[in-house]
Amino acid sequence: MSCKSAQILLIAIAGLGSLTANGGELTGTLKKIAETGSITLGHRDSSIPFSYLDDKQQAVGYAMDLCLRIVEAVKSELHRPDLKVQLNPVTSATRIPLMANGTIDLECGSTTNNLERQQQVAFTITHFVTATRLLAKKSSHIATLADLKGKTVVSTAGTSNHKLIAQLNNERHLGMRVLAAKDHAEAFLMVESGRAAAFAMDDILLYGLAANSKHPDDYAISEDALSLEPYGIMLRKDDPAFQTLVDDAMKKIYSSGEIEKIYEKWFLQAIPPRGINLNVAMSAALRKVVAQPTRSGNPDDYR
Amino acid sequence: MNYHWNWQIFLAASPEGGTYLAGFAWGLLWTVATSLAAWIMALALGSLVGVLRTLPGHGWRRLGDAYVEIFRNIPLIVQMFLWYFVLPELVPQALGDWLKQLPDAAFYNAVIALGFFTSARIAEQVRAGIQSIPRGQSQAAVALGLTRAQTYRYVLLPMAYRIIIPPLTSEFMNTVKNSAVGLTIGLMELTGVARAMQEFSFQVFEAFTAATAAYLLITLSIVFAMRALERRLAIPGFIQRTGGT
Amino acid sequence: MFSDFDFDVIARSLPYLFKEGMVFTLSITAAAMGAGIVLGTLLALARLSAPRPLAVAAAAYVNFIRSLPLVLVIFWFYFLVPWIGQWLTGAERPLLVGPYLSSFITFSLFEAAFYCEIMRAGIQSIPRGQIAAGYALGLSHRQTMINVVLPQAFRNMLPVLLTQSIVLFQDTSLVYVLSISDFLGAAAKVAQRDGRLVEMYVFAAAVYFIISYGASLGVKRLQARLAVPR
Repeated sequence: MSCKSAQILLIAIAGLGSLTANGGELTGTLKKIAETGSITLGHRDSSIPFSYLDDKQQAVGYAMDLCLRIVEAVKSELHRPDLKVQLNPVTSATRIPLMANGTIDLECGSTTNNLERQQQVAFTITHFVTATRLLAKKSSHIATLADLKGKTVVSTAGTSNHKLIAQLNNERHLGMRVLAAKDHAEAFLMVESGRAAAFAMDDILLYGLAANSKHPDDYAISEDALSLEPYGIMLRKDDPAFQTLVDDAMKKIYSSGEIEKIYEKWFLQAIPPRGINLNVAMSAALRKVVAQPTRSGNPDDYR
Repeated sequence: MNYHWNWQIFLAASPEGGTYLAGFAWGLLWTVATSLAAWIMALALGSLVGVLRTLPGHGWRRLGDAYVEIFRNIPLIVQMFLWYFVLPELVPQALGDWLKQLPDAAFYNAVIALGFFTSARIAEQVRAGIQSIPRGQSQAAVALGLTRAQTYRYVLLPMAYRIIIPPLTSEFMNTVKNSAVGLTIGLMELTGVARAMQEFSFQVFEAFTAATAAYLLITLSIVFAMRALERRLAIPGFIQRTGGT
Repeated sequence: MFSDFDFDVIARSLPYLFKEGMVFTLSITAAAMGAGIVLGTLLALARLSAPRPLAVAAAAYVNFIRSLPLVLVIFWFYFLVPWIGQWLTGAERPLLVGPYLSSFITFSLFEAAFYCEIMRAGIQSIPRGQIAAGYALGLSHRQTMINVVLPQAFRNMLPVLLTQSIVLFQDTSLVYVLSISDFLGAAAKVAQRDGRLVEMYVFAAAVYFIISYGASLGVKRLQARLAVPR
C-alpha cells in the first residue's frame, strides 16, 4: 500500500469514529454513552458562577449551561433524545481521578487547562480566562504576596493555585503556612473565620465568593496577578471522536453568538441563590478565544 | 486502563520543596506525633474517668457515664469540626482570635479532638479492667489500712493496666488510624500528604500505595512493641498467655 | 454566647438535611451493615474452617484492612472501584460507579473485616461439644455450621454486631472528604453557603449524638433480653 493510500485509509478510519448515523462503530466515551443511555456530568459545590449549588441544592452555572448544550449535541449525534443526564459532585481533588476512572464523562466547572494536566486528561475549547489573585480582609491590608510572609494562606486542595502558592512559598522563602481546604467555600470560610489571612484562587471565583458572603465589603482582592489560568471543560484523554464532537459543539456556541447570552446570564445579571450581579464584562482574552477558539494549555497563548 | 504509572515520581521535586518522598517522611512524623500526643492525653483522661466510674456513689458514676457517652456518640470528624470551627466562635473574641492564629493550630486541634474521643474508649477499658479484679483484692487493701487513693494507686490500677494491655494496644492502633481524620482540618499527616501528592502529580495510586505501606509499617511496629511489653509485664500465674491473636 | 444563634437557618434547611442527607447516611448504614455482616461471616468461616490457603487469604485481608485508616480506604475505593469492576466483569472500560454505590462498596468491604472478627469470636464461643453433637446426629459440616453454630453465634453476638453498626453509622460521616451529601456533608454545605457553621455543626453533633445514644440504649435493652440463661 502506498503511503498516500495508507493516509487516506487512516483518515477514513478516524472519520468512522464520528459517523454513527450510518451504523459506524462507536468508540470511547460515545460508545459508553450510547450503551448506558446516560451521560454523567461532574459538577462543583461552590465554583460560583461556573458550577455550584443554588438554594434548592441544584447544580447550576455558566459551565453547567455549556455542558448541557454539549449534551444536546451528543443527543443529536447519537439520535438519542432520551439520553439521561446524571450528576456527580466532584471536588478539585477528586475530579481528575474520577474522570480517568470513568465515573464522569464531562467535568463542568472551573478547571484550569494546563500542560501538566493534559498528561492525564483532555480539555475542550477554553470557556474562561482568569488569573490567580489573593483575597483577604480589608482590615489586614494585604496587597501583595510579600505581605503574607510568615502568615497562613489557604487555597483549595488539588487546584493549580494551591500548587502555585506552594511553589512561590518555597522559591521566595516566604515561610507561609499553606493550608489546603476541601473546596472553595471551605477555603473562604477559613478567611472569614480568621483561620487564614488570605485565600489564593482564581480572581473570578474570589469575586463570586466575596459577593455572596455575609459582608461583601469586608474583603479586598489583590491587584497583582500571580498567574494566568484558562478554564476548560474536562473530558477523557485519547478519545478523538468525543473530543471532536465536544469541540465542535463549543465552537458552534461561540460562532452562533449564543455565548453572549449565556455569558450575560451568569456574569452580568443577578444569579441565584442571592440575586447578586457579579458584573464582570467579558475580558479581551476571552473575546479572543471566542473569535479564534483554542484549547491550548499554555497561558502565553492567551495574552 | 487510562493510567500512566510512574514510580519515579517519589524522587521528583514537589512544589512545596524537597522530594515527594521527603514529604512522606514529614507526613509519617506528623502522624506519629499526633497519635502519641493524643494517646498520652487519652490515657491520662481515660484513666481518671474510668476510675470515677468505679467509685461508690451515683454522682461520680453518672458524671463518668455522661462523659463517655458524649465523646463516644459523636463522630470524630464532627468533634474535630467542633473544636476547630465552633469553639473559637464561642469564647471571647480575643481568645478566639488567638486560638485561630496559633501556629500549627490543626495539630493542636487534632490532638485535643482525638484525645477526648479516645479517652472515652480508654475509660471504658479501665473501668472493665478494674471491675475484673477480684473483690478480695480491694477488701484486702482496706484490711491493710490503705486509703481509697492508695488502694487504686498500689493495688487496683497496676493490675488493671496489665489486664487491659491487649485492648489498649488495639485502641492505640485505632488512634494512629483515626489521626488521618485530621486531614479534614488541614493536618498534613500521612493520608493528607498522599492526597496532596495525588493532587500535585496526578499519580493517584502511587501516592496511596505509599501511604498504605507506611500504615502497615506502623501497625507492625506497634504489634511487635506491644508483644514485647506484654511479655515483660505479664503477671506470673495470673494472665494466661494464649499466644497469637 | 448563643445570643446570635440562628435557629432559622436550621429550620430552613431541615428538608434538605434529612430528606437528602440523613436518608443517604441511614441507607448506606443499613445496606453496608447487611452486606458487611454477610461478608464478615463468610470471612470468619473461611478463617476458621476453610482449606489453609483460603484461611490465610481471609486472615490477610482482615488484618490488612484493619491496619488502614478509613479515610485512606475511602479514597482508595472511590478512585479504584470502577477499575476493579472492569477487571472483575471483563468489561472493556471502567465500570460506572456513582457516589452511592461506591460508598456502599467501600463501607461493606471495610466493615466486613470488623464484623468478621466479631463473628469469629462468636463462633469460637460455641462449645465444641455442639459440633460433635451435630456430627453425631449425621449432619454434614455445612449443615452443622448453618443450623447449629451460626444461629447461636449470631444470637450471642447480636449486641456486639449492633454496636459495631453504630460505629459504622458514625463512620459514614467521613464521606465528607469526597464532597458527598451525606448528613454531615449536607450540614457543611449549608454551613459554608450561609456562613453559619456554629449552628450547623452543633446541630449535626446533636443529631448524631441523639441517634447513636438512642441506638446504644436500645442495644443495651436487647442485650438484657437476649442473655441466654446458663
